[in-house]
Amino acid sequence: MAALLKPGSGPLDYGNRLWLKCLFVLIYLMLYIPIITLIAFSFNTDKRGIVWRGFTFDNYVKAWNNSALIEALTNSIVIAIIATIISTVIGAMVALMLWRFRFPFKGTYEAFMGLPIVIPEICMGVALLLFFNESGMMEFVVNTPWPLNLSNIIIAHVAFCFPFVTVVVRSRLVGFNRQLEEASKDLGASEWQTFWKVIVPFMMPGLVAGALLAFTLSLDDFVITFFTSGPETVTFPVKVYSLVRRGVSPEINAASTVLIVITVVATVIAMKLQAPAKAGKG
Amino acid sequence: MTEPIVSIRGVSKKFPGGIIAVDNVHVDIAQNEFFALLGPSGCGKTTLLRMISGLETPTEGQIMIGGEDMALTPPNKRPTNMVFQSYAVFPHMTVEDNVAYGLRVTGVAADETTRRTAEALEMVKLSHLAKRKPDQMSGGQRQRVALARALVKRPKVLLLDEPLSALDAKLRDDMRMELTRLQETVGITFIIVTHDQDEALSMASRIAVMDKGAVQQIATPSELYEQPTTRFVADFIGKVNLIDAKVLSTTAKAITCEAKGLGKMSVPTNKSCGDTVAIAVRPEKLKLSVSKPADAKLLAIAGKVRDVAYYGDTSHVVVSASDGLDLQINVQNDTRTGGSGVERGQKIWVSWAPDDSIVLTE
Repeated sequence: MAALLKPGSGPLDYGNRLWLKCLFVLIYLMLYIPIITLIAFSFNTDKRGIVWRGFTFDNYVKAWNNSALIEALTNSIVIAIIATIISTVIGAMVALMLWRFRFPFKGTYEAFMGLPIVIPEICMGVALLLFFNESGMMEFVVNTPWPLNLSNIIIAHVAFCFPFVTVVVRSRLVGFNRQLEEASKDLGASEWQTFWKVIVPFMMPGLVAGALLAFTLSLDDFVITFFTSGPETVTFPVKVYSLVRRGVSPEINAASTVLIVITVVATVIAMKLQAPAKAGKG
Repeated sequence: MTEPIVSIRGVSKKFPGGIIAVDNVHVDIAQNEFFALLGPSGCGKTTLLRMISGLETPTEGQIMIGGEDMALTPPNKRPTNMVFQSYAVFPHMTVEDNVAYGLRVTGVAADETTRRTAEALEMVKLSHLAKRKPDQMSGGQRQRVALARALVKRPKVLLLDEPLSALDAKLRDDMRMELTRLQETVGITFIIVTHDQDEALSMASRIAVMDKGAVQQIATPSELYEQPTTRFVADFIGKVNLIDAKVLSTTAKAITCEAKGLGKMSVPTNKSCGDTVAIAVRPEKLKLSVSKPADAKLLAIAGKVRDVAYYGDTSHVVVSASDGLDLQINVQNDTRTGGSGVERGQKIWVSWAPDDSIVLTE
């Protein structure tokens, strides 16, 4: 039987088939050509950004000097950092509760908790807008000084980010050996010490991965932010949207490239931290 | 016995759903004992151990450690430490940090922590691996980390939950000797849970045999083996031939009974018996001979060799006697050429001294 199979034609030798290789290349080109174009044109000298005229770093300098763009970027990063911290704490606490305790309607609670993951963003955006308007928070928050005027956006971001943290942390906790907790208590540690010295270190890869996920989600969110931001509180994606309506300028390319780099670096770190799952076995 | 270090008084544990894991257990364990809780899986031995450590709470009864009632003492305040079946070595800490953990969380001074940690690692011969992470170690080494981590706390009682079950056979023998040596050096009471009778017999000074949540017998290894009090214990510890018998008459020193396949016989015992008993004889107490032994005091029965199993040092011979009675006899292969000296199908006599029979009433 084995003699009949040519090398590379086995059921799992996908990598050796020409049409599959072509498909592979095609898919990656479709995915990355737009992004590569965006990055390449951030170094273009042409003002309109349609024809390649020459290499320059001017666009980065211009973007840096464009105070409106920088303000939007600062807002985005501040929102992302605060929203990440809050949603990581809430997300981890929810994950712990779901892992640790049994309570009535736990299944229902879990389903509702995951709703922001699946609900269309546009619905969530409209819902949050209505909520902030009706509760008077929109008016109240807009008149507070920076960065308090970002509160609404941060609340909105936490609302859709924390379920992602919960999902990641919870899947990490599934592999926890409960005897580690018992061993800690047996050795004289209190509940609190056990939590900080045994459970949190175990959760750490999940916490970091969840936090980075929340960070990238918050940083590039457009729809929900668009509905919940006031006139004074513009985030980077919203700003870019308003600029693009007047034509794509290379400055936007430059600023977008910076954002891509931040996101990619964060994602790579997250994946690196999640990979060695074997570290959890006692 | 002097004041026991651990005193278990009428302890029961009922789990929700009506499962009784431990049923009215009374045990007193003395200072410096190497005590084993032995029984088949699901007999409640681990639950009992966990109740001593405080990780489970008894539904009834009282557990005293060092003369104090432990009912309201949480596990982190008890003078006991446990070596878990999965070892439960903290994966994110080095060996050294694992061992020092129990001292650090209870606020032992840093220099004392360092000293005691080094001592404990020395004791389990792991000093050279102090900076390693547990995932770079073998099962046997992790086991010793767990041991050092528990011993460094200087508990009054060390609890070991199936400590050898995850090790391979060779390592298990080494560890068994290591545990016995450690127990003698540190002078701490060890309570070990095991389902392996060899482990219990070879290490423990006393053994409690448990079945279905209840203690069947508490005795030294040789007493358990030679004087089991119940059918379960006789059967669980080692190999045994159990022969059902009907009691005909009793005296203070012996009973006369009608045993299956053996006919009327007299067996020495001082127990008071009901109508039926079981006569237990260990396979190595039985002797094989070609003709009926001349000594009239011996109990003898004729039969046919049904099976011979060769085990190197011994051969296990099964002899079928009348009435469907099968007896197992262990024969020492004490010469290189002789083997067991019997063949399948051969007619043979089995005999033993009446004193080697054990009368079991329950």
